[in-house]
Amino acid sequence: MTTHTLRSKRRGSALRTAAFMAPWLIGFTVFFAYPMVSTVYFSFMDYDGFGVPSFNGLANWTYVFQDYPMFWPSLRNTLWLVLVMVTCRVLFGLGVGMLITRIKTGTGLFRTLFYLPYLAPPVAATLAFVFLLNPGTGPVNSVLGDLGLPTPGWFNDASWSKPALTMLAVWGIGDLMVIFMAALLDVPKEQYEAAELDGTSAWQRFRFVTLPNISPIVLFAVVTGVIQAMQYYTQPLVAGKVASGVIGGSGQQFEPGYPDRSTLTLPQLVYNLGFQRFDYGSACVVALVLFALAMAFTALLMRGRDNLIAGD
Amino acid sequence: MTRLLVPAAPVRPADAPTPAGRTARRTALLHWIAVHALGVAAALFFVLPFVFVLLTSLMSDQQALTRDLTPDTWEWENYRRVWDTPGFLTWWRNTLLYAGLGTVLTVVSSVPVAYALAKFRFRGRKLSLMLVISMMMLPPQVVIIPMYLFWAKQLDLSGTLWPLIIPTAFGDAFSIFLLRQFLLTIPNEYLDAAKVDGCGEFRTLTRVVLPMARPGIAAIALFQFFAAWNDYFGPQIYASENPAAWTLSYGLESFKGAHHTDWNLTMAATVLVMAPVIAVFFFAQRAFVEGVTLTGVKG
Repeated sequence: MTTHTLRSKRRGSALRTAAFMAPWLIGFTVFFAYPMVSTVYFSFMDYDGFGVPSFNGLANWTYVFQDYPMFWPSLRNTLWLVLVMVTCRVLFGLGVGMLITRIKTGTGLFRTLFYLPYLAPPVAATLAFVFLLNPGTGPVNSVLGDLGLPTPGWFNDASWSKPALTMLAVWGIGDLMVIFMAALLDVPKEQYEAAELDGTSAWQRFRFVTLPNISPIVLFAVVTGVIQAMQYYTQPLVAGKVASGVIGGSGQQFEPGYPDRSTLTLPQLVYNLGFQRFDYGSACVVALVLFALAMAFTALLMRGRDNLIAGD
Repeated sequence: MTRLLVPAAPVRPADAPTPAGRTARRTALLHWIAVHALGVAAALFFVLPFVFVLLTSLMSDQQALTRDLTPDTWEWENYRRVWDTPGFLTWWRNTLLYAGLGTVLTVVSSVPVAYALAKFRFRGRKLSLMLVISMMMLPPQVVIIPMYLFWAKQLDLSGTLWPLIIPTAFGDAFSIFLLRQFLLTIPNEYLDAAKVDGCGEFRTLTRVVLPMARPGIAAIALFQFFAAWNDYFGPQIYASENPAAWTLSYGLESFKGAHHTDWNLTMAATVLVMAPVIAVFFFAQRAFVEGVTLTGVKG
């Protein structure tokens, strides 16, 4: 083959690749690259959506980190969610996954029932939980009261709102259950049989056979859980709005975080700064903090799973 | 744990059980009971919230304000009252438009990209994949300020759902990633065979790859449909100013606001928003569960 035809063939295949990749290349440019650059630009600008943006140096950055009263509470809440909510979800998801692999009668029915809550639309599920956990007449407190147990304020009490959100998150465990179930079924049977012949206890089999085999999936669940916790938006916002009784209506504006900023997360700050206070510059600062955190954990996820990229 | 019984079975017939065989059998039975009791307890935890929501949705206005758990009179009328609420039908129509059109566009635009990333060799492939994964992990709030200014100020499309539908025509990162993982499992021999038969890349994709990729495509279509159905942030940003453009997820919250003492009606509305998603799931359970597994295990 002459160099000429070789080159034209290569050019042809480059064109072919470009044609197949075209939708994403446009999408990437318009909906990712451009707005990312623009977000960085606006983070140094004073802009309220009207008039012309004017440069104001690091003022937005110092405002967010020093004076904006919602920033640090939202980071503290996120840390709480990462430590407690993610841990509960992973442990519970693994537990339910192990349970479902052991259930021998009615497996399909159990699996469907365990999975259903994951499908409940977040706004609907949140409304349901605000009702179930409403302090006065909710079924949960009714039952707790009848049993003579304490009846917490749940979504109306700053120290119970995050535990209530955790219950909601644990209820929707279906995705993790399916992932853990698949991983558990992939553990080679011979390893269990060999361990059993050695006279190991159930705990030892879990610790030395199950866990090493599924540890990549546990890592995957933890890291995606952390990323989800940082992006947590709909449930805390809707729960706060509904529990506080401030919804829509004219003039009445809901400040996210009810009760007492206990349900604030970073994405809600972007909404509060950008679309309630019209301080686009500061909203972009928070957006960049959110971006940095999300990318840091994504990098961690990709490092743990090189084959995600290679995949051949 | 029935495995414990296996070595015992051939040597010891059931009519003459030795003490050891009996103990093993009893252990297996106890184990079965313990596992299934736990299963029932877990099932109650997952199902009871749905049950209480349903029961409350059928209570009278007065009873819904009490601590009662079951309705005295079954008010099926509540569902008609919700259905007849001004706007409810519009929210349905808008949600179907957003979810339906968005799903079709996502599949059409994501398939060729996923195919190229799975089967073509080209410079920048690895980088493209890393960027796809980064986009997939990007919270929508990160780029919302410039995106809002773009749609609202440049194109004057705020108050509609188009800012949410149009981007789906340019590939969805999650769908591309998921489908690419699926296409990797299709052996290259099939593609080579198609090329020997004289198919170009496009014909290979439509005639050979697409029929084999049907489960993967079903999975991304379902995920996209559910994501649109469940989306709250998007409609909140772009449609909140215009109730005629609200979706069910966004409207449901305002429904609670307008009926803030009527838990029965709010719960009936909640059921009406949950029901279609759950119905779709029952029709497409396998594709969906396969898709969830694909996100975590394969690759």
